[in-house]
Amino acid sequence: MASMRDIKRRRDSIQSTEQITKAMKLVSTVKLQKSKGKAESSKPYFNLMYETISSILKKSGNLDHKYLKPGASEKKAVVAITSNRGLAGGYNNNIVKLINGELPAEDTLVYAIGRKGRDGLARKGFQIKADYSEVINEPLYRDAADVTLELLDGFTRGEIGEIYLAYTAFKNTVTQIPRLIKLLPVEMEAGGDEDKGKAHALMTYEPDEEEVLDSIVPKYMSSLIYGALLEAVASENGARMTAMDNATSNAEEMIEALSLQYNRARQGAITQELTEIVAGANAIS
Amino acid sequence: MADVFKLKVVTPERVFYEGDASMVELSTTEGDIGVYASHIPMTAIVAPGVLKIHEGSDVKKAALHTGFIEVLPEEITIMAEVIEWPDEIDVKRAEEARIRAERRLKEHSAESDVIRAKLALKRALTRLSARQ
Repeated sequence: MASMRDIKRRRDSIQSTEQITKAMKLVSTVKLQKSKGKAESSKPYFNLMYETISSILKKSGNLDHKYLKPGASEKKAVVAITSNRGLAGGYNNNIVKLINGELPAEDTLVYAIGRKGRDGLARKGFQIKADYSEVINEPLYRDAADVTLELLDGFTRGEIGEIYLAYTAFKNTVTQIPRLIKLLPVEMEAGGDEDKGKAHALMTYEPDEEEVLDSIVPKYMSSLIYGALLEAVASENGARMTAMDNATSNAEEMIEALSLQYNRARQGAITQELTEIVAGANAIS
Repeated sequence: MADVFKLKVVTPERVFYEGDASMVELSTTEGDIGVYASHIPMTAIVAPGVLKIHEGSDVKKAALHTGFIEVLPEEITIMAEVIEWPDEIDVKRAEEARIRAERRLKEHSAESDVIRAKLALKRALTRLSARQ
């Protein structure tokens, strides 16, 4: 049996860890509330954007536009949104695993947003094309627009054939789903032709469809990336909150077990001491 | 015109404006337009300019920088990347930006700088005219 002192030392160390995890949980709870609100207020823009894009594409099904067909290159680009900090359970690892499972490492360029994902993917043999890790601390729409510009530049120069976005969708506080979506070429799900009775069939475009698409597709991508950034931040805090909650309750469990052990050891030591005294006294008399 | 339509102005950060309006005026890449209710469906790209929302005799102004507009007979949606109410605009800063941009245009050094300065000037002018 471990000595009393060893047990006490271990218990104290776990106790201080518990204090840290508890504090971290509180911090991420507050951050989660904030980021959740932000993510929700950006939803209307994104939804409307999606509706507009799909209505344009539905109406002009056979439009021959550069953003609607794959680029010449075999290379794929992926925007990997993860966090800069760890201790968030499987949050970062899930994204790395998802990308590694879906895309071939040798043909994929990574545009990393978040240090953890960047390092994880680099270890798996992915080529890191660009790193925007600072962005995740405080995502702005401007940042998303900058990333989009860079991606579209690569696309029009023929360096990239397809563009993907990997992020963690925020479903609710305890469930976050890692997701990989295709940004370019733009693809809309088939079906749902009724179009909610809107008069889209008569839509005119000024100056013309092509130029409208030229201008809207980058905005569409930016809004997707921006929305993903905000959701990812919310997911990160949600994941960290859950992880820290688990850590705290594990620590509590361990402390309880160790306290029991400690008390047993203490009792054992006292009993032994008494036995020794009694035995000593008996020997003298 | 008694006819009103639903107007929605959304930005990536928030819903900027939502309500009834009788007319909106704004600039597109094809020129300035004013849209009443029952307009034919149209999608156009927004050019930097002042957005005027007419609601009866009430007129609201905002500085609209980039985005696009989707017009349907009873509903108009403006997807704005950047838009500001006049009271969110810092006049002094806009004025300074205008002077800086004009100065840079006079010097006109590299090509890219001219484009940037022109854009900055346009932004500053839009802000100032929305404020008036």
